[in-house]
Amino acid sequence: MDCSSSTMGLDYEESPHVLAVDDSLVDRKLIESLLKNSNCIVTTAENGQRALELLGLGDRQHIINKKKKKKKDSKVNLIITDYCMPGMTGYELLKKLKESSDLKEIPVVIVSSENVPTRIKKCMKEGAQEFMLKPLQQSDIKKLRCHMTKFSKPTNGKLCMGS
Amino acid sequence: MDVVSQLQRQFVDHTTSLYREKGFLDDQFTQLQKLQDDSNPEFVVEVVSLFFEDSQKLLNNLASALQQQIVDYKQVDAHVHQFKGSSSSIGAQRVKNVCVGFRNCCEEKNLDGCVRFLQLLEHEYTLVKSKLETLFGLEQKILAAGGSVPMMA
Repeated sequence: MDCSSSTMGLDYEESPHVLAVDDSLVDRKLIESLLKNSNCIVTTAENGQRALELLGLGDRQHIINKKKKKKKDSKVNLIITDYCMPGMTGYELLKKLKESSDLKEIPVVIVSSENVPTRIKKCMKEGAQEFMLKPLQQSDIKKLRCHMTKFSKPTNGKLCMGS
Repeated sequence: MDVVSQLQRQFVDHTTSLYREKGFLDDQFTQLQKLQDDSNPEFVVEVVSLFFEDSQKLLNNLASALQQQIVDYKQVDAHVHQFKGSSSSIGAQRVKNVCVGFRNCCEEKNLDGCVRFLQLLEHEYTLVKSKLETLFGLEQKILAAGGSVPMMA
């Protein structure tokens, strides 16, 4: 629980904003509750495409930018995504995020119900912050708080050097 | 007072049976209960209701997929995978275990096996649904009688 995250960029008075992506309604509800229990602001998305739209990267980007009042604070501190999703997998979403100069600094955590070493390796290689097994527990979320960074300026290094 | 004690006793017995004796539920269900609090008083019922809705759709989709002239095993597997995920998320252990076996049959493209597993899945799902509904019913009765729901360790 003890993690020495530098205060660079992270404002302790505000709650971190997490974007959770999962095609399962049950899991979205679960993760939303786990995150809220850890004082996070939560936005959920049912697929990668929707997640990208919310982040300002989708096809309907110009619409979202105009409808700013509908979108909460777009500055997301952490993205948690399921791996197995129809359409765009969590891995594909991760790749798209890392390709974006605006979004690549946001830590991305991949979750999966399956413990597949090659899958884990692949995700970590692509820049995932962490890979976790479902179902997630409260202790997993606590651990993730270390990885959340206030995305206001690009940071040079990691805020938390492992735990 | 007596009514409450009786109900609480029933609740404890029922819960014990669910977890220990028959393995319907595992620790994940306890995790759900821990997430329920004053700011989220209906959490467990809400999540489980979503699970019921989701499951019914999946069972319908599975029945339909297995009745096709040419069965798309990838699609069947995808449905089972989803079912496995959601049952695992709420702690419905026996349902989850059936899904594991079911997926093996999908991999082998074993139609008979798949059909049998679907029946088993429907059976296990119906059982756990009924057990959970009983559990929620008991909780409501206890609360209505002015008692508190026992915390199960």
